Amino acid sequence: MTTDSDRDDTPLRLRIPQPARGELPPDRVRYISAAGEMRKPALDEKVERIALMRKQLVRVLDDEGRAVGEWTPEMSIEEKRLGLRNMLLVRSFDARMLRAHRQGKISFYMQSLGEEAIACGQQRALRPGDMHFPTYRQQGLLISAGYPLVSMMNQVLSNELDPLRGRQLPVLYSARSHGFFSISGNLATQYIQAVGWAMASALRGGTEIASAWIGEGATAESDFHAALVFASTYQAPVILNIVNNHWAISTPEDFARGASATFADRGYGFSIPALRVDGNDYLAVYAASQWAAERARSNLGPTLIEWITLRVGAHSTSDDPSVYRPRHEAEQFPLGDPIQRLRRHLEVVDDWDEARHEALQREVDEQVEAAFAEAESHGSVKTGDIGSALTMFDDVYAELPRHLREQRDMLGGQQ
Amino acid sequence: MIEAIRDAHVVAMERDERVVVFGEDVGYFGGVFRCTQGLQERFGDHRCFDSPISEAGIVGAAVGMAAYGLRPCVEIQFADYMYPAYDQIVSEAARLRHRSAGDFTAPLVIRMPSGGGIFGGQTHSQSPEALFTHVAGLKTVVVSNPLDAKGLLIAAIEDDDPVIFLEPKRVYNGPFDGHHDKPIVPWSQHPLGEVPDGYYSIEIGTARVHREGGDLTVLAYGTHVHVAETAAAEQGIDAEIIDLRSLVPLDVDAIVASVEKTGRCLIVHEATQTSGFGAELSATVHERCLFHLEAPTVRVCGWDTPYPHAHEWSYFPGPERVGRAMRELMSS
Repeated sequence: MTTDSDRDDTPLRLRIPQPARGELPPDRVRYISAAGEMRKPALDEKVERIALMRKQLVRVLDDEGRAVGEWTPEMSIEEKRLGLRNMLLVRSFDARMLRAHRQGKISFYMQSLGEEAIACGQQRALRPGDMHFPTYRQQGLLISAGYPLVSMMNQVLSNELDPLRGRQLPVLYSARSHGFFSISGNLATQYIQAVGWAMASALRGGTEIASAWIGEGATAESDFHAALVFASTYQAPVILNIVNNHWAISTPEDFARGASATFADRGYGFSIPALRVDGNDYLAVYAASQWAAERARSNLGPTLIEWITLRVGAHSTSDDPSVYRPRHEAEQFPLGDPIQRLRRHLEVVDDWDEARHEALQREVDEQVEAAFAEAESHGSVKTGDIGSALTMFDDVYAELPRHLREQRDMLGGQQ
Repeated sequence: MIEAIRDAHVVAMERDERVVVFGEDVGYFGGVFRCTQGLQERFGDHRCFDSPISEAGIVGAAVGMAAYGLRPCVEIQFADYMYPAYDQIVSEAARLRHRSAGDFTAPLVIRMPSGGGIFGGQTHSQSPEALFTHVAGLKTVVVSNPLDAKGLLIAAIEDDDPVIFLEPKRVYNGPFDGHHDKPIVPWSQHPLGEVPDGYYSIEIGTARVHREGGDLTVLAYGTHVHVAETAAAEQGIDAEIIDLRSLVPLDVDAIVASVEKTGRCLIVHEATQTSGFGAELSATVHERCLFHLEAPTVRVCGWDTPYPHAHEWSYFPGPERVGRAMRELMSS
């Protein structure tokens, strides 16, 4: 029998989650269900029953490329081909920008290699007028929405036609016209803003919904928890996406997840229905997004979705993952590659083949090259074609106040 | 002043249905200082409602609502509680217009009761205005009386940029002169307590000459407009008291005109001195009025300590400290 004095002698200890040290964790992806295994709940299913799904994984595409089970979305062949094209376009865009960085033409870039299905698929499942509050790795939203590649490149180049006038780090786009909120760069702030935007739509009796985006690492920020409280309290029409790509720069997911089993667990404490979904399965992404959007539009409140995927590339061009991540991680990732999986599916259900795929690849590559040639013709921050520095004083306020007018004149006098 | 603030809400909400009001206890209860009393009953719970206790949530949601196209006017229950929202204020509300090149904007008002003198201790007494004036993209207003409070709050709600609206709680119920042992004179007996009905607004960025005088200029805002007035009367000094009302943008012309006239400048605020807004005022006066100055500017501020509970009247820059500084400034 232990006594009080025995207990006092026990030194206290912490569990410090282990760094990856270049080795593959044994349970890299926890709780992988078979494609088609999971039931699709009614939109108003009790949250306690949906909570039973938080250690499972919604999947539609099986290893042979067939779409199976209740989550299979109604989607035309044309829509599937468009999904494939959008993902290829994102990947080609990213590759071109990385090359531009290596060529010294841009200062910084962040690719979304391996995660393309999530942003591309959800964008197609929502409607014009809805608003995404993205992080820096959802370029697929813009590309799927048909935002001009040249405008994105002008932003990345910070050139004289940069829609953001050289004020933001490359990739921190803003495009209200395409349902894409201005990316901050401070993590997690957008999550509660998305809830506020959704609340505003409902307060005004609108029909638009919001979609909040966050990486699994940034769910540790307090704004994430504020967002879940507000979304739960007011039953805001919002989709709460957590993109679990398994890496927060160098730390594995358990630094943010703690001792919980999954990030989908986060929803249950707030009574927010939460799904875990195969993020590399374009059809599952589309179906789950559509389900969450329908719940929001039916005044059934928020839905949280943990998307399981893999950050195949580095965190950014400033990152060297070779010191912390395992080699061959992508090849061993059990959910494969989103483009290859949708391609395989099209080969099964469509007359898609290698020749058609290669033709499409050439087409998107040419589109990206043409866009980059045009963007580059307007210069870059490296060539100094960045417009007047005096524009930095614009948009601080709606109207230029006296002190900024004086400072602008001082800078102007020096030039 | 509480009635004036409430009235400003009513006027703004009647004129513009995009105006929504929320915060901790502001809905059914009407706010711990009663500044939003009756709004929910009058306008419904989709225009005025209670929020969870989450300042980051309140301001973050307000940024999202403003981006949607609403005009949120939110209350932080005490200015001392705003720190969890500071990232949303500084990194988000203040910079959204600039970083998106005008694609998105954040026209919102964040009201905060501020200042001490109510035995609130270190967490119910702070005056954090300098933490906002240092941030590009914010406007910062501090009110001293009901007439201004109504006109400035209406202007703040109509403003296309985020406005920090500080309400020194010591002047909620009357023009506090700094003598805490005397009964407070209610606003009903003060000319600035006469608030017109209906709509009017006061341009943000304009100071008000609270009292004309020739001996020295006092630059003050909030409670210390009244404390300075009392101190000058007690010292028999003919002070010109400028109520700045808006710190950013700052009415430099009003400051320069007064200091050039008097040649002496006393700066008074309740917030801690080091890197306080008084430093900005002192630098402005020296940069623009040096050759008109008979003496260097003098600051009277809160000590650089946390606001103490039991010793708050030793902390609060009262009429004695302000009066002594006025005498010294006149003799230098």
